[in-house]
Amino acid sequence: MLGVVRQKMLGQSLPKIRPVVSVLRSYSSAAKQMTVRDSLNSALDEEMSADPKVFLMGEEVGEYQGAYKISKGLLEKYGPERVRDTPITEAGFAGIGVGAAYYGLKPVVEFMTFNFSMQAIDHIINSAAKSNYMSAGQMSVPIVFRGPNGAAAGVGAQHSQCYAAWYASCPGLKVLTPYSSEDARGLLKAAIRDPDPVVFLENELLYGESFPVSDEVLDSSFCLPIGKAKIERVGRDVTITAFSRMVGHALKAAEILEKDGIDAEVINLRSIRPLDRSTINASVRKTNRLVTVEEGFPQHGVGAEICASVVEESFAYLDAPVERIAGADIPMPYAANLERLAVPQVEDIVRAAKRACYRSVPLAAAA
Amino acid sequence: MALSYLRSSSSRSANLLRPLSSAASLRRPISTDTTPITIETSVPFTSHQCEAPSRSVETNPSELLTFFRDMALMRRMEIAADSLYKAKLIRGFCHLYDGQEAVAVGMEAAITKKDCIITAYRDHCTFVGRGGTLLEVFAELMGRQAGCSKGKGGSMHFYKKDSNFYGGHGIVGAQVPLGCGLAFAQKYSKDESVTFALYGDGAANQGQLFEALNISALWDLPAILVCENNHYGMGTAEWRAAKSPAYYKRGDYVPGLKVDGMDALAVKQACKFAKEHALKNGPIILEMDTYRYHGHSMSDPGSTYRTRDEISGVRQERDPIERVRKLILSHDLATEKELKDIEKEVRKEVDDAIAQAKESPMPEPSELFSNVYAKGLGAESFGADRKELRATLA
Repeated sequence: MLGVVRQKMLGQSLPKIRPVVSVLRSYSSAAKQMTVRDSLNSALDEEMSADPKVFLMGEEVGEYQGAYKISKGLLEKYGPERVRDTPITEAGFAGIGVGAAYYGLKPVVEFMTFNFSMQAIDHIINSAAKSNYMSAGQMSVPIVFRGPNGAAAGVGAQHSQCYAAWYASCPGLKVLTPYSSEDARGLLKAAIRDPDPVVFLENELLYGESFPVSDEVLDSSFCLPIGKAKIERVGRDVTITAFSRMVGHALKAAEILEKDGIDAEVINLRSIRPLDRSTINASVRKTNRLVTVEEGFPQHGVGAEICASVVEESFAYLDAPVERIAGADIPMPYAANLERLAVPQVEDIVRAAKRACYRSVPLAAAA
Repeated sequence: MALSYLRSSSSRSANLLRPLSSAASLRRPISTDTTPITIETSVPFTSHQCEAPSRSVETNPSELLTFFRDMALMRRMEIAADSLYKAKLIRGFCHLYDGQEAVAVGMEAAITKKDCIITAYRDHCTFVGRGGTLLEVFAELMGRQAGCSKGKGGSMHFYKKDSNFYGGHGIVGAQVPLGCGLAFAQKYSKDESVTFALYGDGAANQGQLFEALNISALWDLPAILVCENNHYGMGTAEWRAAKSPAYYKRGDYVPGLKVDGMDALAVKQACKFAKEHALKNGPIILEMDTYRYHGHSMSDPGSTYRTRDEISGVRQERDPIERVRKLILSHDLATEKELKDIEKEVRKEVDDAIAQAKESPMPEPSELFSNVYAKGLGAESFGADRKELRATLA
């Protein structure tokens, strides 16, 4: 039943969906579930349907149905004019995408992974991000660069880097990092509608994960604001910031911490640039303790920026030094045990939160 | 020569002589005579994978006088920029186009403002060809509000979107994929227009150029790649940078044409040919054999890697303005004095624009934070000391 619903839902307008969902509701109290993959696919579909200027371009997005099946069915629905398979030439097709955006089209350029975006990084930064400023507003660039970012599983050093910190340091770009299906839908739709260049960092390991989605999320007009973080779990004792896959880890860590009497507030950043400094600072002013979590390299990372922001804006409220959990400061190894040591695990977040609460080992009196 | 004209249609000669003979008017109207004249290009075109167009070019007195005036204006503008740079009113980079004017002017004669042009950093004259004003040029070079980019861009970042001029790019070669993207968008939008993506002999070796050309050929994009071969990529002669400096052939499966870039009529003919080709058959390469009198930029004397004899030789034999002057005089379309008067007018226009540009103020400090985004979403931005200077982006 669920499978049928999912197929019907893709690419169809809301009125047809509603009755099916309410039927579901009468059978169980669970909300509709949707994978991140389907969320991205439906968002692309709806935005392409709504605006003929939106087109998709990248390696294997068409006939292959997408290297990770994100663009499944779109070639068939929209045709080869709007779903373009490119040769393996990132610099060339990213530049072509930016040029098309200069003219007024709305390209969605897919990088098979963001590791390959380095081939095209000059176009992302110098051709896209800076153009509106250099031209004093004449050349806006309504482009989205999207694709999987960060570590997958066992893909080694050249295929595992997280680019959030690099892109988010550049003025003129917007950088988004969805976690849940709601994030994926709302943020991708917002990105496509936004008149500025957006770097949309997905995560391969999240594509297959299911999340509950409300009717509101399923509506084709659904959109999330860019630049606003979401408090996934309200807490009192320590703030944990995370983005993308690490949000799941942070939530699991919060469950474990709860058993030890630590009530963690988990913030899903959603947007790395603009960074929602006010939500982060408001949370730290409430909890007085902060753990930042990210998958990427630690030096000059997202956590470093968050820490600096909190030290600048809320120093008096900190009761403990800021803790940073990040990917290991090494190229990603292949062997499974080493890889596990190179990527943040739930227990790392728990340990850091306890340190921030001055409770790395149980106190003798409490034991 | 003059007598033969008097003998022929009196109304036409009246047309020719009346406006030109009035010496009193400050602003002399350019001849509006559009009687066709056929002129041969300096050399025939050399082609690759296509049939070269004829070297007989149709023009008319009005067009030739416009060529003369526009090129004289561009020449004066660039020389004036040289002085302003030496007077430290222009800072940073300044790449001058004097010698290459025929490319800008010949191209405009063959196309419309619906066609797109994108170029690299030697963009002042291309911008003027697209309709940019002298004031916008000088004010931008001096970093003032009246500049085409409101002082935020500088020499390398001139844009005029309403005439489909997309810059003005500082990264060598990047403008070529961007130009192919413009062509993609034109085809996607069914606009029946083309894009000219200009690049130098130095940029011709860039990998991204071939990536974009491959995609353009696969997708039949109306992209015209124009190599402005002035024979030196900064200080490196073409034969030291390219194993094959026959740039018009470098497209391999993409046809190409080699053009005398110092002959505005040859440029016009080639661009007209290229536009027709691109609309039907996809990308084509034009190699413009041209020359820059200045060095690569204002910090380059231009004589450590080429001889002064070479530079003066080109000026003597191939100067684009002199070529058109000779044509105009030999066809009796104007007198030497009239042409000199045009040059004087143009000089005054340039001087007036510079004076006006100097009056234009520098941008307000608040402009530091404008146009970072098209839609700022209320995001914050910071100055060097964020506790001292911060702003909300609109």
